[in-house]
Amino acid sequence: MGLSQDEIFEKVQEALIDALGVDDDEVNRGATLVGDLGAESIDFLDIVFKLEKSFDININREELAPEDILTNADYLQGGVVTADGMAELKRRMPWADMSEFEQNPRVEDFSDLLTVGDLCNYVGSKVGGDS
Amino acid sequence: MRWFWIDRFTEFVSGSHAYGYKNVTLAEEALDEYCPGYPMLPPTLIIEGMAQMGGILVSEHFEFAKHVVLAKVGQAKFHLPARCGDQLSLQVKLDAVQDTGATVTCLSHTGDILQAEIDLMFAFLEEGRFTNGPLFNPGMLRDMLRMMNFFHVAVDSNGNPVQEYTNI
Repeated sequence: MGLSQDEIFEKVQEALIDALGVDDDEVNRGATLVGDLGAESIDFLDIVFKLEKSFDININREELAPEDILTNADYLQGGVVTADGMAELKRRMPWADMSEFEQNPRVEDFSDLLTVGDLCNYVGSKVGGDS
Repeated sequence: MRWFWIDRFTEFVSGSHAYGYKNVTLAEEALDEYCPGYPMLPPTLIIEGMAQMGGILVSEHFEFAKHVVLAKVGQAKFHLPARCGDQLSLQVKLDAVQDTGATVTCLSHTGDILQAEIDLMFAFLEEGRFTNGPLFNPGMLRDMLRMMNFFHVAVDSNGNPVQEYTNI
């Protein structure tokens, strides 16, 4: 049986509090990991370790950080992700809400895309969470 | 002064755990001014010792082919000061490994008493991005490990002595 959305959120919240040293009330579904919670690149590795342990899952680096897409000249034009690139990002990360990013998909803005809610959706896709 | 914060490995199983000792002595410069009148090993240097032991545990797991650096101290709880005359019994367990880093959990005891609990995360430097070439001069790490009795106790997961690494 999958975990409920609330159960997933609570465990993700706990991982983020431990990894980032933030307060529980800061970790809401709309908060962005980088902009709102102050995550730095090394923190993502810590978050991955904590989520793997907490949910007993394996997380591949490319799933959360599609650097291969964002550095592929076939998918970029003038620092902006092309339509093909967006399609590839959506295929790779169906759990992420890209509606806002898609309006002006500058590569430099991608790092602040992920929210706590996205992370919950991602974990849910790995553990078969109830929707 | 040597920047060694482990004195001796007592047990090492590749990919699993490492045990060892750190003896705290009044002759150490680090104790001189940290807490005048109450000589104790600064807790940060206990973290450093755990990082050295954990770093070796992680590095050996990858046959010393990766550039392993301490990236994050997840938690560090100190229950007792480490005073001169104490022998810290250090235990480091490999917790999780990824292709970009690893985590270890560490305990320090004085006698039967838990002295410290420390969680560490290591990252692997990408060749050419943050570093070029090895982090140590040829033979330097091997000499350090010999002095710490590493090769006397280190075994692989089958209980056989670890190989004589030529890349360290």
